[in-house]
Amino acid sequence: MSLLTQQRAGLAIALVLLVTLPVWVGNTYYINIASQILLWAILALSLNVLVGWAGLTSLGHAGLFAMAGYTAAMLLDRGYGHFTADVLAIVVTLATTAVFAVLGLRATGIGFLMITLAIGQILWGIAYRWVSLTNGDNGINVSTRPAPFGLALTSAPAFYLAALAVFLIALATMAKFARSPFGASLRGTRDQSRRMTALGYNVWLIRFLAILFSGFWSGVAGLLFIYYNQFIGPQVVALTTSAEALLMVISGGSGTLLGPVVGAAIVVVMKNVVSAYIERWNLVLGVIFILIISFMPEGLVPGSVRLWRAGVRRLRGTQSSSLDPTSAPGPDGRRIPWLRPERTP
Amino acid sequence: MTALNVRGLNKSFGGLRVTDNIELAVEPGERRLIIGPNGAGKTTLFNLITGEFAPDSGTISLFGRDITRAPARRRAHLGLARTYQIITLFPRDTILRNVTLALLGLSPLRWNAFLDLARQDHLTHRAREALARVGLEAIAERQLAETSYGERRRVEIAMALAQAPKVLLLDEPFAGLSIDERRELHKLLTAIPREVTVVMIEHNMDVALDLADRITLLHFGEVVVEGTRADVVADPRTREVYLGS
Repeated sequence: MSLLTQQRAGLAIALVLLVTLPVWVGNTYYINIASQILLWAILALSLNVLVGWAGLTSLGHAGLFAMAGYTAAMLLDRGYGHFTADVLAIVVTLATTAVFAVLGLRATGIGFLMITLAIGQILWGIAYRWVSLTNGDNGINVSTRPAPFGLALTSAPAFYLAALAVFLIALATMAKFARSPFGASLRGTRDQSRRMTALGYNVWLIRFLAILFSGFWSGVAGLLFIYYNQFIGPQVVALTTSAEALLMVISGGSGTLLGPVVGAAIVVVMKNVVSAYIERWNLVLGVIFILIISFMPEGLVPGSVRLWRAGVRRLRGTQSSSLDPTSAPGPDGRRIPWLRPERTP
Repeated sequence: MTALNVRGLNKSFGGLRVTDNIELAVEPGERRLIIGPNGAGKTTLFNLITGEFAPDSGTISLFGRDITRAPARRRAHLGLARTYQIITLFPRDTILRNVTLALLGLSPLRWNAFLDLARQDHLTHRAREALARVGLEAIAERQLAETSYGERRRVEIAMALAQAPKVLLLDEPFAGLSIDERRELHKLLTAIPREVTVVMIEHNMDVALDLADRITLLHFGEVVVEGTRADVVADPRTREVYLGS
């Protein structure tokens, strides 16, 4: 079976399993966990655009995520319809992201990290302290879930399927983005920004557009979040959320498509499932991250692929890593970055 | 019309004057060699010409067009390409992808987020052509990280040539190469058609001397001697700068 057929078969099986999840999981509690994984995975994927492909590490993404959530929640609270509220929320999020990008792109590296952190904290301050606007610590309730195309999303399986649809669109968009000329331009600015300028690229604008793209999907994740919880409060905007999203990306494997999704799954399962059995679940989460960073610094997904291949090679008793068809790029470097960064050092 | 015209160019870093009133006029199709000892300001001159630094004063024009204030990326679109003394490539990519990025930089396609770059056959085809010119076609699919230093030097040149520049700036293309590799590269540079104006920095005079039509000798940021190959070689000031006697 060729690599492409294998990949397609794998994707098809995964798709069937995901769509039928409410049937084979059955339990509402676990279906809800799955919905949460999906919505956090969208946030992690959006952050991965910056961390993995642009080489820009943001610690302010909770602000963008919550900007969409708060805007929609406030508009719904004032009696606007779901469609209007959601569209306006995305518009406001994109406008915020544009300001975020213009300020953040004064620097790269640690400077970018600090500026985004500061912006995130300002937004948190607004959510927490501007009580007349945001209702402060009490947060805002979202009384209803939307019913797109007349399909009510009140039940757990219905909401899961809606979240899955959005998640799959996000994932497909990211896969397309990663392989596109613009995706290649963005990774070029990560690896050699100086050369990119000399080659005729507008490095600043490429980064700016990538941040907008990331902000858009953060906003979409934020909307799913408020519809899932039917509530938003200032703790969502806190630094913890940004840090968790970053941990999802890094622990799963930045620059891959599956990595942020696996990272989101780990964090959500720890928070919700393990915390029911172990009071100090944060400790467990911390240990898991330390183990991942120690043994798989490139992240869980690419790290597992590496260890798996090393194991297979040892079993076969060969040293032919370069002959391994999956480790070498296909013709014209055509490789889908599901499991490993599309280009490995 | 002069291909590249530099007039009264000055640049200081703090109190250090690295470019001191440089005048440089390169005719279309000319091969100009810029020589000078370490710290003469050769690479800084290139950085000023490509727009990486802004000069303190003076003007730079490309085929009569003033580009002194044009951003660096704009100059690439106007037909200026360069290679780097310190190899500046994309280490996580294949050789082919490196050259494709050079082509993409001048193509409006670079903004496209929907197509599959690997399926843009016209780009791939042109990238392979550029690699064939430098003799790297056979290893086009190789990861850059797995290539030798000499091969990377040639990738640098392939990327610059792929952009079909009007003016090509080569920053010490022979640096660090073995004798055989130098000979190969020499052949390759000789084969560049005369439609391309070439300005080359070379620290070592022997290797590049016969490629040059004219030579400019820089010392402490100033043009000390300029003239034909024979003139500059015969000039006592050249000997003085190089031998300190």
